[in-house]
Amino acid sequence: MSDFTSDFWSWYVAGLTLVSILACLVLLWVSGTAKVKATADNTTGHVWDEDLREMNNPLPRWWVYLFIITVVFSLLYGLLYPMYGKYPGMLNWTSGSRYQNEVAKRAEEIAPLYAQFNGMEPQQLAGNAQAMAIGERLFMNNCATCHGSDARGARSFPNLTDGDWLWGGDPATIKATIISGRMGVMPPMAAAVGSPEDVRNVAHFVLSLSGSPHDSVRAALGRPAFAACAACHGADGKGNTAMGAPNLSDKVWLHGWGEEAVVRAITKGFNNQMPAQADKLNADQIHVLSAYVWGMSNKASPAPN
Amino acid sequence: MTDRKATIPIVAVPADDEVMVSLYAAREKIQPRSVSGLFSRWRWIMVWLTQIVFYGLPWLQWHARQAVLFDLEARRFYIFNLVLYPQDFIYLTGLLVISALALFLFTAVAGRLWCGFACPQTVYTEIFLWIEKRVEGDRSARLKLDRAGLSAEKLAKRSLKHALWLVFSLWTGFTFVGYFTPIRELGALSMAAALGPWQWFWIFFYGLATYGNAGFLREQVCKYMCPYARFQSAMFDRDTMIVTYDEQRGEPRGARSKKADPTALGLGACVDCTLCVQVCPTGIDIRNGLQYECIGCAACIDVCDTVMDKVGYPRGLIRFSTQNGIEQGWGTRQMLRRALRPRVLVYTAILGVITIAVGLSLFLRTPLKVDVIRDRGALARMVEEGRIENVFRLQIMNATELPQRYAIQVSGLPGIALDTPAEVEVLSTEVRAVAVRVQIPPDAASSGSHPIRFDIRATGDEGIHVSEKAVFLVPR
Repeated sequence: MSDFTSDFWSWYVAGLTLVSILACLVLLWVSGTAKVKATADNTTGHVWDEDLREMNNPLPRWWVYLFIITVVFSLLYGLLYPMYGKYPGMLNWTSGSRYQNEVAKRAEEIAPLYAQFNGMEPQQLAGNAQAMAIGERLFMNNCATCHGSDARGARSFPNLTDGDWLWGGDPATIKATIISGRMGVMPPMAAAVGSPEDVRNVAHFVLSLSGSPHDSVRAALGRPAFAACAACHGADGKGNTAMGAPNLSDKVWLHGWGEEAVVRAITKGFNNQMPAQADKLNADQIHVLSAYVWGMSNKASPAPN
Repeated sequence: MTDRKATIPIVAVPADDEVMVSLYAAREKIQPRSVSGLFSRWRWIMVWLTQIVFYGLPWLQWHARQAVLFDLEARRFYIFNLVLYPQDFIYLTGLLVISALALFLFTAVAGRLWCGFACPQTVYTEIFLWIEKRVEGDRSARLKLDRAGLSAEKLAKRSLKHALWLVFSLWTGFTFVGYFTPIRELGALSMAAALGPWQWFWIFFYGLATYGNAGFLREQVCKYMCPYARFQSAMFDRDTMIVTYDEQRGEPRGARSKKADPTALGLGACVDCTLCVQVCPTGIDIRNGLQYECIGCAACIDVCDTVMDKVGYPRGLIRFSTQNGIEQGWGTRQMLRRALRPRVLVYTAILGVITIAVGLSLFLRTPLKVDVIRDRGALARMVEEGRIENVFRLQIMNATELPQRYAIQVSGLPGIALDTPAEVEVLSTEVRAVAVRVQIPPDAASSGSHPIRFDIRATGDEGIHVSEKAVFLVPR
């Protein structure tokens, strides 16, 4: 119980709880020792509405013992579980720890299933229907939010099915990407390139690399300034998987296609981030998931089902 | 109403016979005498019916699985050919509503029928009483045994009785858990004493509850604990069939010789044999009129009829009748006519409508559920040749017990088509999320949102078909 803003409220709640329980006992004692009048015909002598008489129907005595048992139960419960304000209870039970325990228990139950996958190469796993069904569910629950249910991504979120990889597409690299995430950083390059006009020229040169529609005069003017970009994207603009620099000479446009998009990219740069999944998924799950992701762009048969 | 005072006066009745009593009193043990007769036979028929169902159901098999199994962990309820999911929770609501309305209806017509003939408390008490009678004898023998000091014989009888009760109770607990864990496996596991902690707990808890309720608490459950007992009496009216004592015919009561003419002696038909009190499981005297303890079990009717037969008077001194009927001396037909009063007709109508509705919806239920979820990442994309693409996730739940292939069709816009495989396979009782890409030709629709439909059909069974609405977005 960490949501008490001050000790006072913790004590207040604990005191109120304890007083309420004790008040139950007091009430029981009072009613248990009380004596009421009863007449020989087993009525209490109370009469309502001229002729309605109250009958004396005492509760059975075990009712009292049961009541005492409930009081003892709640006192014990409060000792074992968090009930009195901040006091965490002797069992240190929290709903969070209970959840963790259940997750651990479940993981233990399905460990044998993952054990058989662990010995398999990703290439083998990609052909294993059961593993791929698990991979599909893992993907849908953990990756589809950004990469899309069909894994084709969206603007600034890479497509995982087209065989074009920023950081490399072999199973080991995919696994590394999932485990520790990636930072796709491109600094704003406008200063290095020059005036806005120069930036536009470079953009046209970049578009020319993939044969996209461009102004060839502007592209020729922009060619020298591309040296600033070549450090990461390579002299021929083929990209570099060591730093996640995209290939500029293909038809894949991660951050949007066309003159304006490229100009914006050069001017503002990017800070693209894929979060690490190691703390969300365990090694077994990541093993299956990497095989599933690898399989999406390395299909032996085109039908995914 | 002018003479009524605003406050209700509590008049203390001056009495010289006053005693001071506690609010609590020790329970007086009731040893009901066994009884035979028409209603007793009916009760035993109900005992057999309900218990054959309860103990028998878990042992039935249905296509290599238990016919009735409530698998809480997998969140699947198997009931013969039905498989129910958490999404079908409404049927449980329907069942509870039907049960409640049926209780209202039966109670309005014939009083506490449920209590006297079908309630588990009554049924198990009846079974336990039968065991008790076999071991210790009937009422008088048991009373004698209660009073007797400890002896080898008493110890032997008591131990045997409790042993039998406990075996029966544990079997009941075992059966109860067998509804949630496959009972055949449960049997094997318990033989090896390899049950899980919760299985042990529930077997013993339910067993102990049976043992305690039917062996010891008995009528106290009805008197002090049961909520139904309280509000069933609120559903009585003057035309409800209840167990009644015909005071006009019976009083003044008194013993007499069989040959004497009661009218000459100035006596009524009641011979004051007190058998009706001895057989009563709640220990009341029905001759004081209707009391809240009366569970309508009609044991007193059975026993009084046998006494009336013996002394040669007509039956029915204690009988099922209505308050109006007893007071006005009506016959059966007049009472039956009053049975069709508005309250009963309304209960019947509502009960009928709800039962038919629940039954129909169960019968017409499609064992397939589909949710269409739009991908949040990309609302719409332009793909090759300027086609516009939307991505949806179909959560397909196969509620049958066979793997199914489903054909997905999409309609609602000119030239709309799927770019993903039109057939998917979902294993039995599984949920699968399938990504589907829907494309339309360029200029097929204006920018904005357009309603479309997904039709999902099982390829093997045309009857399994779900149609879901969705929205297709076209960017500016």
